[in-house]
Amino acid sequence: MPALFRNLFILLVVLFLAAPLVVILGVSLNEPKRLLFPPEGFSLQWYAELFRANDWLGALRNSVVIALGASAIAVSIALPLALYVWRKQNRLAKALFGLGVAPFMLPPVISALGFMIFWITVGFYGQIGATMVSHGVFLVTLPLVTISLGLEGIDRQLIEASRCMGANSRMVFRTLIFPLVRPYVMSGFAFAFVLSLNEYIIAYMVAGFTAETLPIKIFNSLRYGYTPVMASVAVFFVMTAVLIYGSIARFGDLPRLLGAERSAG
Amino acid sequence: MSGVADRLRDNGVAVYPTAMLLVFFLIPFLIMFAVSFFSRDEGAFFTPAFDLANYARFLSPFFFKVLVTSLGLSAAAAVISVGVAVPFTYFVTRMGAGAQSVILVFLLSVLSLSEVIIGFAWSTLLSQTAGIGNLLAALGILESSRSFTPSLGALLLGLCYLGFPYAVLVIYPALSRLDPELPEAARMLGASPIRSFFNIVVPMLRNTITGALILVFVFTLGAYLLPQVLGRPQHWTLSVHITDQAIFQSNLPFAAAMAIFLMLVSLAMVGLSSLLGQKRM
Repeated sequence: MPALFRNLFILLVVLFLAAPLVVILGVSLNEPKRLLFPPEGFSLQWYAELFRANDWLGALRNSVVIALGASAIAVSIALPLALYVWRKQNRLAKALFGLGVAPFMLPPVISALGFMIFWITVGFYGQIGATMVSHGVFLVTLPLVTISLGLEGIDRQLIEASRCMGANSRMVFRTLIFPLVRPYVMSGFAFAFVLSLNEYIIAYMVAGFTAETLPIKIFNSLRYGYTPVMASVAVFFVMTAVLIYGSIARFGDLPRLLGAERSAG
Repeated sequence: MSGVADRLRDNGVAVYPTAMLLVFFLIPFLIMFAVSFFSRDEGAFFTPAFDLANYARFLSPFFFKVLVTSLGLSAAAAVISVGVAVPFTYFVTRMGAGAQSVILVFLLSVLSLSEVIIGFAWSTLLSQTAGIGNLLAALGILESSRSFTPSLGALLLGLCYLGFPYAVLVIYPALSRLDPELPEAARMLGASPIRSFFNIVVPMLRNTITGALILVFVFTLGAYLLPQVLGRPQHWTLSVHITDQAIFQSNLPFAAAMAIFLMLVSLAMVGLSSLLGQKRM
């Protein structure tokens, strides 16, 4: 296809995707406490506000704590599960893998309601820990998929060879398998972290009124009028995501992680 | 012999993940299923019963309208997102490795944006004071700036924005594995670029495209915030009503029944797609 047409098409789509982000960035730099674009004046006060105002800071802290805990839980479930599926490939393994990717196949509002009713039943409704565990289980899919990809890339003859030399399965895991899949574990952790940070509906239904996260805080503020702080929070989110995915692309093989067979690197 | 110990360890590895998934994922679903038959209790959350009243409420014209709105909006968003995503991804996979990575990082960042942020960003972009209304007025297309939200168009735009990155990521692996020599060969035989794209690339991707349509459909079906931020109350989808019933009307049994229904619809879609996929293989 003519290169001009091709580039124009890509440019248009990227513009569509970038437009709301550009406006948000502009709005966050406003001097008056109003949402104006193009911005009036230039000020970074709304970014300072995010770290100064107690309510925003509290929401930020909740979000980060939940995201760290949730991605650790997700990886702790996904790593042994991926190992088991990779080694066994029997019907049970396939069923477990299916259970691990199921949360992602359904509209999240369904899982959210399931978690809410569950935590009400066991008596932890409204606790920050409940949100953390719910996110962890909900996001298992991501590390499960990335770690499985990493394991697929391991040459099974290597394992055979080390077995022949007398290594038991723990040694094989520690000295051979884990170092090889470590980058995939880390990117699985990163994916889960970013998505937990941005997740709204589960956090809201499990503990929305007691453990307020940033997305919940933004939505609550939407109802009482817009302030540029919301824009600065949004920019903060976009930056975090770009930074994390950018470093995966820089230090890992992003196209392969996303399923391209021939590595584009 | 270390063989027995190894085998035990090999299987033991599965115990913790299985337990976690059963306790925190499967059991919540079973409880939700049970609760969907319970009856509502104003004081507590629900009382155990076997009551089909929650399901009977689906048979009202109001609920039917909500269902049609939800399914229609998601179907439209799926068709538009995938329609744009196929040529877009095709072009991207023909780019250099560096450019591909940049676009993928950008797409992933958009994909992980919270629905809240997407809703907030679009409502700002479509607003009177900070949006394209200003641009159109400056260009003389509009006499004075106006707001474009809330409206059905704004909501659909938001849903496409939500679904598009997913569509690209589903199509990307298949397209990047596609042998670049195939469309090339078609062109050598005299097909125009557009014809070779529609006659060679699109048919080879039929399963992937169906998969992407289903994924975006199911995913946007779960959109909860966009209908509230960008749409009017008559555009509220099933997901909004589920949360509304659960939290503001404190009617968990009815919310659970609706969630079960939404799950069945989604599962039916996923099942249908894998059935279609198998037939064509």
